[in-house]
Amino acid sequence: MSAPQIPLPRPTPISKPFWDACKEGRLTVQQCGDCGAYTFIPQPCCGACTSEKLAWVESSGRGTLYSYSTVYRPQQPVFETPYTVVVVEMEEGYHMLSNLIGVEPEDVEIGTPLEVFFEEKSEEITLPYFRVRVEG
Amino acid sequence: MRNPYDGVAIVGAYNTVQAKQLPSWTEQGLVLDAIRGALGDAGLTPDDVDGVNISSWVTRIASRTTAQWFGGRPAWTGNASPGVEGVLEAAAAIQTGQAETIVIATAQCGEYTDRESTVSWTRPENEFVECWGLYTAAEFALMAQRHMHLYGTPRAALSEVAASIRSNGALNPDAVFFGRECSPAEVEASRMVADPFHLLDCCIASEGGAAMVLTTAERAKDLDCEPIYILGGGMDRQGMSYVTAPVWERYGWVGRRAMEMTFEQSGLSHKDIDFAEFYDPFSFEIIRQLEAFGFCKEGEGADFVLEGRIRIDGDLPVATNGGIMSYSHAGVAQLLQKPIAAVHQLRGKMPPELRLHEPKVALATNGGSGALFCDVMALGKEPV
Repeated sequence: MSAPQIPLPRPTPISKPFWDACKEGRLTVQQCGDCGAYTFIPQPCCGACTSEKLAWVESSGRGTLYSYSTVYRPQQPVFETPYTVVVVEMEEGYHMLSNLIGVEPEDVEIGTPLEVFFEEKSEEITLPYFRVRVEG
Repeated sequence: MRNPYDGVAIVGAYNTVQAKQLPSWTEQGLVLDAIRGALGDAGLTPDDVDGVNISSWVTRIASRTTAQWFGGRPAWTGNASPGVEGVLEAAAAIQTGQAETIVIATAQCGEYTDRESTVSWTRPENEFVECWGLYTAAEFALMAQRHMHLYGTPRAALSEVAASIRSNGALNPDAVFFGRECSPAEVEASRMVADPFHLLDCCIASEGGAAMVLTTAERAKDLDCEPIYILGGGMDRQGMSYVTAPVWERYGWVGRRAMEMTFEQSGLSHKDIDFAEFYDPFSFEIIRQLEAFGFCKEGEGADFVLEGRIRIDGDLPVATNGGIMSYSHAGVAQLLQKPIAAVHQLRGKMPPELRLHEPKVALATNGGSGALFCDVMALGKEPV
């Protein structure tokens, strides 16, 4: 029997391009061809102007730590505690949820520069995580 | 604007037994007990009911199924979640003549079996949250941490909220946590769940049912009960709960529009509110609602609670029955139990130590920042 797995995303027709790009180590986001706004999580129209002219574009993968919570009581026992969930404010201005990896709970700080990295979880799913970005 | 619900009265409000677990009950049994209790409270019988909004968590009882339970007499069925939203939906149906007497009822038991995980309703399956271990406590914590960062909200304020609400429940014999007194120090000594929330900052998971009966204000005059009136209400829905990232600067004041609509419809203002059955999933959420609704300035909710103002003897008692932190949180029955608590308190039906002195106007809310929705309604002893 294989080790228990965390619950993995089941891509939908709208989100599939996002997860496909993750497999290639690229973080992508929808951008509006009319007003230029970024929309995340994926949806069928622009969250700023409702235009359907959305294109998947590459994100820089860089952002800052917007908010966090270090979790000691896991959602399910398969998650090893403690783990830190974060809202990342991306350079493009949109926000995404993820985990912050490699930082002790007492050292987590709002405003810390972060960067994405990827971890392959299955044949279909590679998950984006964040770590501290060293400026330079 | 006049009160759009001025032709409607709440005539019955009833909670079944509530407990951590109710192994000898079924959801059908709880729903029927809730319906009978609420109709009995109103002095009505099933023959009087021509509208239903009835649901259950595990067994998914549908309103149209229960219309059949009632021999096909109900003509109207509601679809809204059975809280503030469902009460306003039913009130609108009565006001527009679609139904005269509506029962809203719901129950949950038997859902929480996998105790190693958090209860199911805290962790919706979604591809952009589940894989990172998020669930409701963490979602609300992301809002709380940002607020603490922006305004310097102290940990002590969270503890004061939890201790205030849990102290009410300790005095309520019907509460799941009856007798469980709680001090701010005990909140901070409880184990950490999702920073900054300790265990006692969080609501409970329990089982039970609840029901409410509404009818026309005209009909209510002839009933042997004390009617309570809906003075106004509104919704504020900004996104999908526990799916979209809870970004404070976008969604932090969710519910403000609903509160403004409630005040506009009722002609009331903050000083008219005698107590508030605010939604209390996590301690921070009370601080946020006080600010979002304008009971204090943005960033000053901590001072408000630390002055003891939400305590049962304060000038704005909050969650007077013990709320979902101590009274009960049974699936979505907890949503309906907010307006029910307001009805019981307005009628003077609370235990003596929790009974306020002649309250006239109450607020009831559902939802909060982490959920990206927040609904508000005002209830009163006299119509406006």
